[in-house]
Amino acid sequence: MSKPESPSAPSCSQLFWIFTRIGLTSFGGGLSGWLLREFVQNRNWMTQEEFLNGLSISQALPGVNVKNMAVWIGYRLQGWRGAVVGFVGIIIPPAVVIVLLGTAFSSLSGYPLTHVALTGAAAAAVGLSLSMGVTAARAVPRNAVALTIMAATFIAVAILHWPLFWVVLAAGSISVAHAYVRGK
Amino acid sequence: MSDTPHTSLLLSLLAVFAPLSLVTIGGGQSAIADINRQVVDVHHWISQSQFVDAFAISRMAPGPGSLLVTLIGWQVAGFWGAVVSTAAIFGPTTFLIYAVAHVWSRNGEARWKRALETGLRPVAAGMILAATYVLLQAIDGGWFARAIAFASTAALLLTKVNPLFLIAAGVAVFVGLHMLGVVQV
Repeated sequence: MSKPESPSAPSCSQLFWIFTRIGLTSFGGGLSGWLLREFVQNRNWMTQEEFLNGLSISQALPGVNVKNMAVWIGYRLQGWRGAVVGFVGIIIPPAVVIVLLGTAFSSLSGYPLTHVALTGAAAAAVGLSLSMGVTAARAVPRNAVALTIMAATFIAVAILHWPLFWVVLAAGSISVAHAYVRGK
Repeated sequence: MSDTPHTSLLLSLLAVFAPLSLVTIGGGQSAIADINRQVVDVHHWISQSQFVDAFAISRMAPGPGSLLVTLIGWQVAGFWGAVVSTAAIFGPTTFLIYAVAHVWSRNGEARWKRALETGLRPVAAGMILAATYVLLQAIDGGWFARAIAFASTAALLLTKVNPLFLIAAGVAVFVGLHMLGVVQV
């Protein structure tokens, strides 16, 4: 990641508005899917390869993934200012909204339709997570070890409910060691 | 927030949420149970039903789900409670990812970097698919909701549609089906 500043590199204020917009419109979750859409597919500010590298690292490190991704993308595109803008944009505006919602909750939750509408939003937002997962799975190297690691991680987390920390540590160590040996 | 919260209360919020931020591998969801235990059972800051309400609000609000902690901080200690709790849950790990992003930019095409990028990829893909699977299991609204989820996935993979349009469509379809009496949630 050696500063290939493409001619269309976004300014800090552009970055701030995009992160803020995603932070404020991502009802139902699936924020990393939003980020992929905006930064890779719609604007070509980074390649899918670079995005997925950041995503893998964000997932493996502790911390809310989408915040990690926002800092990673921000840093990648505009150095430390970009990282600050990514963090502030993805956290602060929705933080204000959640406090406002919290104070309005008693009146909102009085309407049964609120729950119905939110269920519909959440169902559509699962699509953002699933399409992110499909995109990430397609980019997994096509070799037996990598595909087994992906399947094992899925089963350990989704079916067996093993603690994520140990899954990431075990699967990550084996997989990275394997990639290191292969990639000389 | 009429009264100034005690510094000791703010420090307790910091002491509870900052360590939790470090165990949130794979996203904030893994910390929810611990947050519940700490703020309700251990510290008695809010009641269990207040926690359930706060959790419901965090799911309906846009943005990262971990903002649940911001709301709890607000309820416990007003403005500064919200600020301290937000900084505690998001702050420590931000320095970590920042440091890693920095190191990444300083080491061109090192072999260990390449190995980490390629090696972590199957793990990340497995985790994202697992999180999605859990969401699909837990979703209200049964097969109609799952059908919407799959339709939305296909639209995102195959077209350039704006995700906000899909979310609005999900809301419209669900409210419509509910009014026709087809789905109950």
